[in-house]
Amino acid sequence: MQVGYYPGCSLESSAKEFDLSIRAILQEMKISLKDIPDWNCCGASPAHYLNEELAQALPYRNLVKAEEAGLDRVISPCPACYSHLKHIHEEVLKETHLADRLESIVGKKYNGGIVSKHLLDFIKEDIGFDRLKSSVKLPLSRLRVVNYYGCLTRLPGVRIDDMENPTLMDEVISILGGEALEWSHKTECCGASLSVSRTEIALRLVNSILEAAKERQVDCIAVVCPLCQSNLDTRQGDINKRFGTTYEIPILYLSQLIGLAQKLNYSQLGLDRLVTSPQNILIEKGIIEK
Amino acid sequence: MSYLNSQDIHQFRNRVLALNGEDVSRCIQCGKCSAGCPISPEMDLQPNQVIRFIQINDPATVLKCSTMWICASCQTCSVRCPEEIDIAKIMDSLRKLALEAKVPVGEEKVVKFDEIFLDSIRKRGRVHELELVMKYNLALLQPFKDAHLGPVMFARGKLGILGHKIKEVRKIKEIFKNSRRIKQSES
Repeated sequence: MQVGYYPGCSLESSAKEFDLSIRAILQEMKISLKDIPDWNCCGASPAHYLNEELAQALPYRNLVKAEEAGLDRVISPCPACYSHLKHIHEEVLKETHLADRLESIVGKKYNGGIVSKHLLDFIKEDIGFDRLKSSVKLPLSRLRVVNYYGCLTRLPGVRIDDMENPTLMDEVISILGGEALEWSHKTECCGASLSVSRTEIALRLVNSILEAAKERQVDCIAVVCPLCQSNLDTRQGDINKRFGTTYEIPILYLSQLIGLAQKLNYSQLGLDRLVTSPQNILIEKGIIEK
Repeated sequence: MSYLNSQDIHQFRNRVLALNGEDVSRCIQCGKCSAGCPISPEMDLQPNQVIRFIQINDPATVLKCSTMWICASCQTCSVRCPEEIDIAKIMDSLRKLALEAKVPVGEEKVVKFDEIFLDSIRKRGRVHELELVMKYNLALLQPFKDAHLGPVMFARGKLGILGHKIKEVRKIKEIFKNSRRIKQSES
């Protein structure tokens, strides 16, 4: 099976391990990825109000490039990229006026042939839980995980799970043999968009998420967003300093946990790239060897 | 007060409606948006108050507040509104209206960051995270903010030093040129 892939800017640098682990686990399940040729940034949230047409034209070009490359499905691991691609696809099909305008801005026509997927709905709908299960070689027994969805399920165009009480990640963790724990902060915002410009707000929000996870005595938090990961992981030192806490909670991408259950290599999954190292807890639980 | 003697009591409400299709007249002031908002402690006007000031036609108060600028667009308010008003979308429109009205921005740092962000896309076609954060911190005369994160991020291979430039970067510049910065809206 060949599927289109839109990594997005974060997966080229701060979230390189998300990229590495997705490529590794999909390869393990015999799925080959083809990147959208010469893809561009989706515009993220800044483009929205600074230049609305630009916010539409940037994802539009990616859809055009994907179509030109003969793709029909595209996986976007970053929830924001995913939401933008999917939302613009839907808007263009709905409003001919917008479709014409974007065609004239970009200079090429998008024919509406791209189905956008996030990793989660791709696993559920395209791979299937059975196939995922049969790829598991080493169940993540006794690993206590809370799943953090952030704002993913509420973003425009995203309709992959319940908006306030999603369960897809929990289902995946259970299939991997891990313990998916109930907790209070599944969908609370981490404030990543303010992490650089209003850092103290992001620290307050991340602190409350980490506190809720600690209450459940977790071994790690699973995430599916590069901004959530970076915000929850790299800010732990700052938070400990500011709030007098002692957090040392590894923040793993769901794809890395899948890869561990598939017995893929630690560094191939980019686990050595996480700021808060999961090495000790994974050894303790018998998931990796010393 | 503008809203007591105005013939056009619905003027600002109509403006927002024309821009994004969201009708604040439906708001019953239940306060659910503010109760669930993760950023509400830092906001000078609560989300339901912002909606109320639009209802009573007081753009001056709304456009200078900090609320829409620190809104994280997490969409919790929009999902929970019993009247199904997309409040996060209204916040986005208010940012546009505040820039258009050229009132002093309630949160200059946020706008600065976002402008540098777009500039990075214009020049490269993609965002170069390291350059973005460094340029932003330089622009705000705080070059060492978050510098302590640098070594560990570098050691973990999380900082792309050179960044990436796409082949059709000229095409991206064209797209920037062709896009209208502020949507023409009926006033």
